Amino acid sequence: MKRLIYLLPLVLFLGLAGYFLVALRPNHDVHELPSVMIDKPAPVFDLAGLGDSKPLALDALKGHPFVLNFFASWCVPCRQEHPLLMRLATENHIPLYGIAYKDKPVDSNRLLASFGDPYRQVGIDQDGRVGLNFGVYGVPETYVIDSKGVIQKRFVGPLTAESVEKELLPLLKQLGRS
Amino acid sequence: MRRFLLLIAILMLVATAARAVEPAERLADPGLEARARVISSQLRCLVCQNESIDESGADLAHDIRMFVRERLVAGNTNAAVIQAVVDRYGAFVLLKPPIEPATYVLWYGPPTLLAIGLLGTLIWLKRRQSTPAETAPLSTDEARRLDGLMRGNDA
Repeated sequence: MKRLIYLLPLVLFLGLAGYFLVALRPNHDVHELPSVMIDKPAPVFDLAGLGDSKPLALDALKGHPFVLNFFASWCVPCRQEHPLLMRLATENHIPLYGIAYKDKPVDSNRLLASFGDPYRQVGIDQDGRVGLNFGVYGVPETYVIDSKGVIQKRFVGPLTAESVEKELLPLLKQLGRS
Repeated sequence: MRRFLLLIAILMLVATAARAVEPAERLADPGLEARARVISSQLRCLVCQNESIDESGADLAHDIRMFVRERLVAGNTNAAVIQAVVDRYGAFVLLKPPIEPATYVLWYGPPTLLAIGLLGTLIWLKRRQSTPAETAPLSTDEARRLDGLMRGNDA
């Protein structure tokens, strides 16, 4: 029994090693922060619409689950994500709304004119205050919001075919049913 | 040339860390501005992650600095302003993590390990004292043999 005490360092080491194995696993981005906004009501916003888009207001969007995508013309990963958004809008017909984050309306317009506009409506958040209220710390960020206006999920960085297939679409389907 | 180098050396000595707070951001009220600086130095810039928003030149840091100042002007207390930022970005924005269940290991882990180590050392020392090495004195035969070895001829 007394001998067991000599195993204590080994046990401690294995515990620590196990922790690091989980915490430092590959494909786990340590810079990706958990959102504190999950399961909380989305911050209220009422933004001027881009171009001939109607103003984008949270209250008007409630009633159906929807996807909110923060983007900017100066954001390189947004370009990478853009074809996927186009496909989501034209093939999956998901209710996708955009917020032009800290971007000049002229530039956002030019971006959508040259690469296509996947959004049903786009709001202008030029000073980034709506982004700040959402806890956005870099674009693109994508939020899934349910019909009551509660945030269900946040994607940091560009969506990928995998995250769309495995997370975004199933979640939307599930929200649409309930 | 030497004077020039000396000048550079002196300038390097007096140089302090550059502050990112832009003149346009400063509040007119020095009291509020001082509070804004105190708050800013405690908040992490989420883009650079190891700098406070007071030091960071990142765009987001600028936005949060402005947010902090607006709240102060509106009459919020320091704690309320910090809480407003935490509500949006999570406890990770605090450069000094709060003591809560998720951070118990962080705060109490090292002292606990130290205590375990100290306890182990104490027990070990105590045991060593209470059981002094007991060696039997040499027998006469052994003493004679040792004498012989010391003189250099094996008896």
